[in-house]
Amino acid sequence: MAVDVGRETGPLRGARLSLSGAFWRRPWLRLLVLLLVPAAAFVAVYAASLGAMLASSFWTTDSFTAEIVHTWTLDQYRTIFNLDDPTYLRIAARTIGMAVAVTVTDAILAFPLAFFMAKIAGPRTRSFLFVMILLPLWSSYLVRIYSWTTILSSSGPLNWMLNGLGLPDANLAFTNKGMWIVFTYVWLPFMVLPVYAALERIPGSLLEASYDLGGRGLRTFRSVILPLALPGLAAGSIFTFSLTLGDYITPLLVGGPGSSLIGNIVSEQSASNLTFAAAYAMVPVAVMVLYIALVKRLGAFEAL
Amino acid sequence: MTSRGARIGFGIWTMLVIAFLWIPLVIIGLYAFNASPIQSWPIENWSTHWFHVAWNDPFLRSSFRLSVEIALAATAIALVLGTMASFAIHRFSFFGRESFSLLLLLPIALPGIITGMALNSFFSFAGVQFSFWTIVVGHATFCVVVVYNNVIARLRRTSPSLLEASMDLGADGWQTFRFVTWPLLSTALVAGGLLAFALSFDEVIVTTFTAGAQTTLPIFILDNLRQGQQLPIVNVVAFVIILLTIIPVWASQRLSSFDDSPAVGRAAAVTAQTE
Repeated sequence: MAVDVGRETGPLRGARLSLSGAFWRRPWLRLLVLLLVPAAAFVAVYAASLGAMLASSFWTTDSFTAEIVHTWTLDQYRTIFNLDDPTYLRIAARTIGMAVAVTVTDAILAFPLAFFMAKIAGPRTRSFLFVMILLPLWSSYLVRIYSWTTILSSSGPLNWMLNGLGLPDANLAFTNKGMWIVFTYVWLPFMVLPVYAALERIPGSLLEASYDLGGRGLRTFRSVILPLALPGLAAGSIFTFSLTLGDYITPLLVGGPGSSLIGNIVSEQSASNLTFAAAYAMVPVAVMVLYIALVKRLGAFEAL
Repeated sequence: MTSRGARIGFGIWTMLVIAFLWIPLVIIGLYAFNASPIQSWPIENWSTHWFHVAWNDPFLRSSFRLSVEIALAATAIALVLGTMASFAIHRFSFFGRESFSLLLLLPIALPGIITGMALNSFFSFAGVQFSFWTIVVGHATFCVVVVYNNVIARLRRTSPSLLEASMDLGADGWQTFRFVTWPLLSTALVAGGLLAFALSFDEVIVTTFTAGAQTTLPIFILDNLRQGQQLPIVNVVAFVIILLTIIPVWASQRLSSFDDSPAVGRAAAVTAQTE
């Protein structure tokens, strides 16, 4: 590309040169200009919001006027951790249990698929599979949940198929089992991609060395592949775990009367009792912090 | 290396999982052509009747327009802030650089309900009325990350000697930007912008916490699903949305290789965090 920029002359060029010279000589000035706006925006909105949520969780809401009373108290947390009425503890436990179940199921579904993509498929098959996984990930999340409500409904395709095979109805609509299937479905691509990235980085020669030393199938899997894929599994599990912890649309559309998760309570209470909603939203934050610390401790991060 | 049996086993597993991912999307596509307003399987009569009804629904049209406007505004903010942040973090080392780059990923690493609830507390504390702009601000927080990830990945793969060469040859800062940096970055910006748009267009959880009376397209769908109303129209909208998302994902795939593929967006965010 021939760009004739050198011959440009005139006062404009002079001014530009001295301006860019001024920036070039003072790197801190360039940094300041570049960093100030995004950092200020981020601190003013996102960090301030997290701070406001934390502060709100230590205030109370007047139950008649729904006004926030700015006196510091642990009342909201007392309601959550009330052992005499463990409603909110039970909901938190259900949410965490669901997150664990979904994470484990997604790991089991994703691993062989990621292994096939990284180590068995040719380049064309691989990029085809890649697109086949990305498209559902980016197509509307709401639409994907909705499609399952039609599949699981009593007159839906699932029961039609089961009846065709001479089996009874599955009755999964509006149950926790149905919710588990839908969560697993919606977050599956988030597990596949990091596991694929980790497996792809394992040199083929390592697998060959393991086979040459007599490590057959399972043995190579356990001693070579799994330890090297662990960072990918850890990264994927952070998504599936965190996304399940914070979701309320799936329980709303697929769950039944006993399917409320943390997110449902937060969303229901956010208008009428903001301070309680803020305190309850701190539960997934705390669980995520603990989870990431646990994953770190397992050594998954060092292996990267 | 891997035995033939194992290869076939992995292949079959892969096909089953891909089928699991796609069957629900196909079923929604079929329901969009169901003539009956009642959803039952198998579909007995086929028709495009509901496409006409959806097209002429004024409320659906206005919520679609609102979603597009919000996504455009959020994407514009994200492009400016995300690009600036990625330049600052890539080109300089300064106190707090690591923590800043980690903080930037929070809106996408934490579940949407936390971003939503945090913004809700903030707006309520600051006495800000929910409006078009509170939704835009909410969406921009996570759109910035997508653009940032995308641009910084491109910058990391660009040699700094190109800029030095440009300066040595007598170009000033603007010319270097115009003729060297911009051509290197433009596809990353387009890809990041497309995906930021797609994320915002699809967002529902953050929107429910930052919207007042505004009805975006996902809120329109959610309201109808909760009340079990107008499901044939929802089917049509769902089908069209699936078709529409195929375009940006396909385009962004063509604009970037796997390594800095923005489509890996969230996955890349956490992977980068762990490195």
